[in-house]
Amino acid sequence: MSANDKTAGAAVPALPQSVLSVQGLTVSVPGQDLVKALSFDLAKGETLAIAGESGSGKSITSLTVMGLLPPQVQVTSGAVQLEGRDLLTLPEAQMRQIRGGRIAMIFQEPMTSLNPVMTIGAQLIEAITAHEALPRAEARARALEALTAVRISQPERRLRQYPHELSGGMRQRVMIAMALALKPDVLICDEPTTALDVTVQREVLDLLHDLQRQMGTALILITHDMGVVAEMADRVIILRHGQMVEEGAVAQIFHAPQAQYTKDLLAAVPKMGKGEGAELQISVEPPIARLTDVQVRFDLRGGLLQRVTHRVHAVEGVSFDIRAGETFALVGESGCGKSTIAKALVGLVPHQGRIEVGGQALNALSTAERRRLTRDLQMVFQDPMAALDPRMTVGDLVAEPLLIHGLGTPQERAARVAELFAQVGLPPEAMQRYPHEFSGGQRQRICIARALALRPKLIICDESVSALDVSVQARVLALLGDLKRDLGLSFLFISHDMAVVENICDRVAVMYLGQIVETGSRAQVFGNPQHPYTRRLMEAVPVPDPAHRRPPLPRLTGEVPSPIHPVGQGPQRVLLEDIGGGHLVARADAQSQAAA
Amino acid sequence: MASYILRRLVQSALILLGVSFITFVLLFVLPADPVRQIAGRAATAATVENIRQQLGLDQSFIVQYGRYLANLLQGDLGRSYLQKTDVAELIWSRLPASLLLMLAGIGAELAIGLTLGVVAALWKGKALDQGLMVGSFVAVSAPQFVVGLLLLYVFAVKLGWFPIGGYGTAAHLVLPAVTLGILGSGWYSRMMRSSMIEVLRADYIRTARAKGLGRARVILRHALPNAVLPIIAMIGIDIGIFMGGIVVVESVFGWPGIGQLAWQAIQRVDIPIIMGVTLVSAAFIVLGNLLADLVAPLIDPRIRLR
Repeated sequence: MSANDKTAGAAVPALPQSVLSVQGLTVSVPGQDLVKALSFDLAKGETLAIAGESGSGKSITSLTVMGLLPPQVQVTSGAVQLEGRDLLTLPEAQMRQIRGGRIAMIFQEPMTSLNPVMTIGAQLIEAITAHEALPRAEARARALEALTAVRISQPERRLRQYPHELSGGMRQRVMIAMALALKPDVLICDEPTTALDVTVQREVLDLLHDLQRQMGTALILITHDMGVVAEMADRVIILRHGQMVEEGAVAQIFHAPQAQYTKDLLAAVPKMGKGEGAELQISVEPPIARLTDVQVRFDLRGGLLQRVTHRVHAVEGVSFDIRAGETFALVGESGCGKSTIAKALVGLVPHQGRIEVGGQALNALSTAERRRLTRDLQMVFQDPMAALDPRMTVGDLVAEPLLIHGLGTPQERAARVAELFAQVGLPPEAMQRYPHEFSGGQRQRICIARALALRPKLIICDESVSALDVSVQARVLALLGDLKRDLGLSFLFISHDMAVVENICDRVAVMYLGQIVETGSRAQVFGNPQHPYTRRLMEAVPVPDPAHRRPPLPRLTGEVPSPIHPVGQGPQRVLLEDIGGGHLVARADAQSQAAA
Repeated sequence: MASYILRRLVQSALILLGVSFITFVLLFVLPADPVRQIAGRAATAATVENIRQQLGLDQSFIVQYGRYLANLLQGDLGRSYLQKTDVAELIWSRLPASLLLMLAGIGAELAIGLTLGVVAALWKGKALDQGLMVGSFVAVSAPQFVVGLLLLYVFAVKLGWFPIGGYGTAAHLVLPAVTLGILGSGWYSRMMRSSMIEVLRADYIRTARAKGLGRARVILRHALPNAVLPIIAMIGIDIGIFMGGIVVVESVFGWPGIGQLAWQAIQRVDIPIIMGVTLVSAAFIVLGNLLADLVAPLIDPRIRLR
């Protein structure tokens, strides 16, 4: 029996102008189907979004179309046709001509998707000459043309540079240039902007949109981000566990979703508002943590005697309080210093200035006192798999902080671990299992249980929900909210995601290049953003509503300035001005410098 | 860059000073008496004492070491006790043979090791891969004098393809070089295999395939240069291992290099030669490492020397 017969009735009839047609595709590893009887058509010039959470089979689908499946993954039935030719039965030599020539692909990780030991130029030229026998000079001219088309600054110079000399956004532009250099019929973008900062994401999406319109390329956009789907797609396919849940025009999917799963998925997406919602009663207790003019600098050495020549000004003059029972958020793009502040708080990097925790200044404490204080401060990191030792049972992992601090008898510790598991919503029998047996969301719950073990006063969440699927993310955020209410915990919530921050924080500080440019309550900052950088961050967030029309964003010129300065010089400090009710904004004269 | 090299050269000089001190101490506390070797069994106590004074061996350690250092700074490595010739001259005349052998050994090691490592990685999990990995284990475990004698017996004595020993033609070089390289090739094939397997999983390999490049080009142009990067630093360390191997291999094959010189000197307690060969070997190890570090940024643009 073939899957073709089974799904023939369900398949959408091929449109006359269809370039790519997938029919009854089933892809399996031994014992499991990763994609089940998937059929869709892609029309010339249209953008089809394939959306779903991890494990939905969306990346496997794109790799099947490219003929790049790993050896243990097999297509068990179905067909992939490019203008009538079945790609699945094509000999490798002919498939190679399709790959990169007719169907090109962009991957999620711009940082690792380019060969580190070849110049950008060599890699671009190679992509062109693999399909067209051009003289070198001509191929180089084509490469330069492609780089110019993706609006990269100084394209001539980029050709001679190596990947590590380029930022993530620039590397993704190079990937796009490489993919579009041969004007393919189909471009597959697999999570093209997931690894990028939100303002860079905005630019890359705009670029893809413009280029697609110019060239008439059909686009398959693989993403988990419903905001990106709403802004880019004409048509949407929702995948779950390898099966199509729903297919339809973008407006229909967002405004009249049929399947329950689609409804749940859309409901879980954090949305930007105007900072509405209940305000937290300001506590009269002394703050849990107080940072006053904190600086963190890293020395760079050079020259014959290895003297310090430059310093990285990672954190520069940052002051804020975290009050009892509140969630304070630090938000900003990569390299802005938000994680460095967390590290300084728990003593992982040395700092200057004053950090007080529970009224005690960290730098004045002895090692033993510091150790005692770490019980009040616990961290939850971004990647729960990397944060859990794979050789220990999760019960032992959660008990470990108690053991390190010599608390309780073995029976008491076991009882405490069971209590913690209940608190984070995991069954007690889970204690005997190992980290790899859990899903990403469950692992993050284990990390949270471990952080809670010592009954801390403050938990630092450093991008703790960023690696999770939206539905899981929503549940973990709800758990954090419950813990805060039930245990009276305070949180320092570090994130790049403005929508998540708005949904969880009581107060927020926006960081840029090591300094706070705006801070205040959620209502103040999100309802009345004053600093241009805050506004840009907010406007760059993709809105999960296809009817939403974004105001045109002023183009960023060049890269984010470097936080590295020669010794004796430093960045200009921004001056924060209170514009009412504790809403602090970097003053206008310093603004242009901070946001340029 | 210039300041980096300068700093490394200063470090190298300090390392050599340390090596000279340790070797001198070891030779000083050695129970074997070099004067007895020179004078012979029949010599009278007066003759022995006379020679001891002539060579300055009756003086304190500090004085002897100080004098050695002072001479060393002028480029004088002393005179051999038994051959009555200048040690520097002796080493200099034998150095080309040893260098040739070492380069050929490294060549053999890399050619065998890297090739087999790549082959094993491409056939990962298959019988060929498993066979090669067993072979590499044997290569790593077999003592060099056994390998040398075995090769000598099979290819020189039985088959007569190569000369039994000596120096002069390319044919003379083959067996000693292979003997020297075989140990390292076992290491390299294993390292290259795992490095290659890791690189083949990298995102940029997927990108290269997505461009429509052929398998050969993906492997040779994209995977190989990246897989070889971690190996380069190893070659510098290897020179040290080779200096040990050279003593064995030169003796087995009668190769007139500094390894053989050292072996003879050790048997006769000819201290100036032992010191000289040790220092020259140490200098090669240090320079080899420096060279490996200088070559690395040429292959990997991400490495910046500071």
